[in-house]
Amino acid sequence: MDFTFSDDQLSFRDALHAMLVGEVTTDRIRSRWDTDSGTDEALLQQIQAFGFGSMLVPESLDGLGLDLVDFVLLAEACGRAALPEPVVESAMVVTPLLVDVLDRGLGNGFVQEVLDGLIAGTTSVAVAHPINPCVNFAHRADWLLLEHGDELHLIHRDSTTLKSHKSVDPSRRLASVTFDPSSDTQIANGEAGAKLWRATLNRGALASAAQLLGLTQGIIDQCIQYSTDRHQFGRAIGVNQAVKHLMADVAVQLEYVKPVVYRAAYTAAVSPDRADFAVSHAKIAAARAAMLAARNSIQLHGAMGYTWECDLQIWVKRCWALAREWGDDGFHKNRMHEWLLRPNALLGPEFTFGRRSITDSVDVA
Amino acid sequence: MDLNYTEAQHAFRAEIREWLAVNVPRTPLASFDTKEGFAAHREWERTLAKGNWGMVTWPEVYGGRGCDLIEWLIFEEEYYRAGAPLRVNQNGIFLLGPTLMEYGTEEQKARFIPAMASGDEIWAQGWSEPNAGSDMAAIRCRADRDGDEFVINGQKIWSTRAVYADWVFGLFRTDPASERHRGLSKILVPLNAAGITVRPIAQLNGLPGFAEIFFDDVRVPAFNMLGGEGEGWNIAMATAGFERGLMLRSPARFQQAARRLVDLYRDRGNDILDPSIEDAVLRCYMDAEAYALSTYQTASKLTRGGSIGPEASCNKIFWSEMDILIHETAMKLLGARAEIEPETATEITELGSWLDGFMFAQSGPIYAGTNEIQRNIIAERMLGMPRK
Ligand SMILES: Cc1cc2nc3c(=O)[nH]c(=O)nc-3n(C[C@H](O)[C@H](O)[C@H](O)COP(=O)(O)OP(=O)(O)OC[C@H]3O[C@@H](n4cnc5c(N)ncnc54)[C@H](O)[C@@H]3O)c2cc1C
Repeated sequence: MDFTFSDDQLSFRDALHAMLVGEVTTDRIRSRWDTDSGTDEALLQQIQAFGFGSMLVPESLDGLGLDLVDFVLLAEACGRAALPEPVVESAMVVTPLLVDVLDRGLGNGFVQEVLDGLIAGTTSVAVAHPINPCVNFAHRADWLLLEHGDELHLIHRDSTTLKSHKSVDPSRRLASVTFDPSSDTQIANGEAGAKLWRATLNRGALASAAQLLGLTQGIIDQCIQYSTDRHQFGRAIGVNQAVKHLMADVAVQLEYVKPVVYRAAYTAAVSPDRADFAVSHAKIAAARAAMLAARNSIQLHGAMGYTWECDLQIWVKRCWALAREWGDDGFHKNRMHEWLLRPNALLGPEFTFGRRSITDSVDVA
Repeated sequence: MDLNYTEAQHAFRAEIREWLAVNVPRTPLASFDTKEGFAAHREWERTLAKGNWGMVTWPEVYGGRGCDLIEWLIFEEEYYRAGAPLRVNQNGIFLLGPTLMEYGTEEQKARFIPAMASGDEIWAQGWSEPNAGSDMAAIRCRADRDGDEFVINGQKIWSTRAVYADWVFGLFRTDPASERHRGLSKILVPLNAAGITVRPIAQLNGLPGFAEIFFDDVRVPAFNMLGGEGEGWNIAMATAGFERGLMLRSPARFQQAARRLVDLYRDRGNDILDPSIEDAVLRCYMDAEAYALSTYQTASKLTRGGSIGPEASCNKIFWSEMDILIHETAMKLLGARAEIEPETATEITELGSWLDGFMFAQSGPIYAGTNEIQRNIIAERMLGMPRK
């Protein structure tokens, strides 16, 4: 039993964080808002240099063979930087889905080719899960993974119709996608398809939860700075307890979301079929902490927090968006609730890590 | 990261489970805030000690098993699962014990730890005074050096278990000219010493769960001072760190309560519910899990040589607020019956100990440093917000 990250995992995270702090400035985020693509291509190259494309690809498929536990800290770092590009989703959701397809011997001739492009950083792919009304950055994806009932389709973007929607978060680029499913585009169906979609939902929710952790930390960082810089009554506003407690409340929640998200990453890595409850817990808790951070941080900034000019909005609005994508509270709480009320649910102090291990933590339905 | 228990950890769990199955009293003991209950709980401590289960993390020479913190967590999980009695000596074993291990001389350890482990000496804590609550540095109770002895005069208050306990440890002002954090020392005092008067204070449930202690020229040997003279504050902070940080409220306690809450919710029959209950039950369950996971994380960190930082203050807020939510939700589920103090066997089965737990939960955000004070600490020391 060892619930810590390795020194390698932590230093990898630190290196990514340091790079993002330098490169993902708020000025450069804002300048993305005025472009069509909404992305910074040079930055994407730098991220690719960290191995994002191949990280969660097994070595047998020419990847680095890392897992979700390795990646979760990186996703958190991306959230902390409020990175606009959907690289977390690409590495943590899209890539594993294609890997799963190949693992099951499914797919058509394109799948391997598309995955190779992802690994090389030359192709970009987005996934449209039915739980999300829109796809973020669909317009710059070369390929789209789309759902039709239990079927999974892989289609070139040119063969789909995209309708743009404006997000509250100017860093996001939403589109709804329509397409004509055909046997040429289908890469999985039936029970296999349903399973793939279910695993995808869990990885998506985990990706959101991890980024929400980072976003919450990013918000705390800014609030500490502002509460020190801004003076009223001749002293820093942060000396007032009412102000201190706004952030202490967020810090307490955040402290107790982290291990929940890490446990979810671990469970999704070692026992993906049984990860539903761990992932739902992570998403609910991370969203709750982030929403509180968003709310309290605006209050802490006074009127400044209510302006377009204030950079806080970059983080706050991302929280608002990510809290609801890949399953909102309603979805995840209902899933938890159902699990909790099962007659055979393993509840109580002796089951923190399952009956004997996390791989038998939930009786499969 | 490896969230699997080792075979040795599984074996340890099996061993304690088996022992508890044989030894845990079948009917719950009376409250340890009654005379008979206290005696029964002391007996239970003796039983635990005989099985070397008194404090598993202690070295074997002191009646422990030299377990690491992960094994301690497993022990606690099984302990609460079995519904074993609350630990009447928790001030001793969880708070003073670790401090003695760190700051005590070999002679002090030999004198105090075995008797603590065996349940022969049950401990109370004496920090608070009438005018030193949140502001503990305002302590005035004096211990004047007189040769090889200290002469203690003054008053302590809110001392938990002091009504029936054998000893009290606490902070006393050993330098009469000193102010605030300086000049305080940690001293251990037998409650049967001449010059001590213990006045029980009834808590919200009517039982004398804490007490005032008056010291009138009480003489104790200088041997009873833990750590150096004037070092009391730092040592006390170490104790408080442990109390808030890890041991005082093990996660199993809340996981067990959350589990009972889910049962209560499942068995609600056809009652018409406050719609917020469903959400609260879920939240309680998740928070208890989160607390457990966080504790495993901390235990793993400590096992690998790390240390607990100011984030420990988060701990106390989290468990005390969770405890209130768990019990408030249970009260809601019981509806208008919640006010009934269970007396008959039927009432006890139906209503359980929720009401008593609900009352006790109200004190969680107060003791061990109020939650307001914890929030200040988090903001200033963990987050680095400005002090002035
Ligand atoms: C069940 C129980 C068991 C206890 N057991 C023990 C024991 O065994 N030994 C022992 O020594 N003590 C014990 N205590 C006492 C406990 O440590 C104190 O109650 C606690 O430190 C608060 O002090 P106080 O009660 O004097 O409250 P006060 O300090 O008077 O505080 C009253 C209110 O004012 C708030 N407040 C005070 N100062 C500040 C500030 N600077 N900023 C913001 N808010 C502030 C507090 O948060 C609180 O809400 C126990 C208390 C309880 C309830």
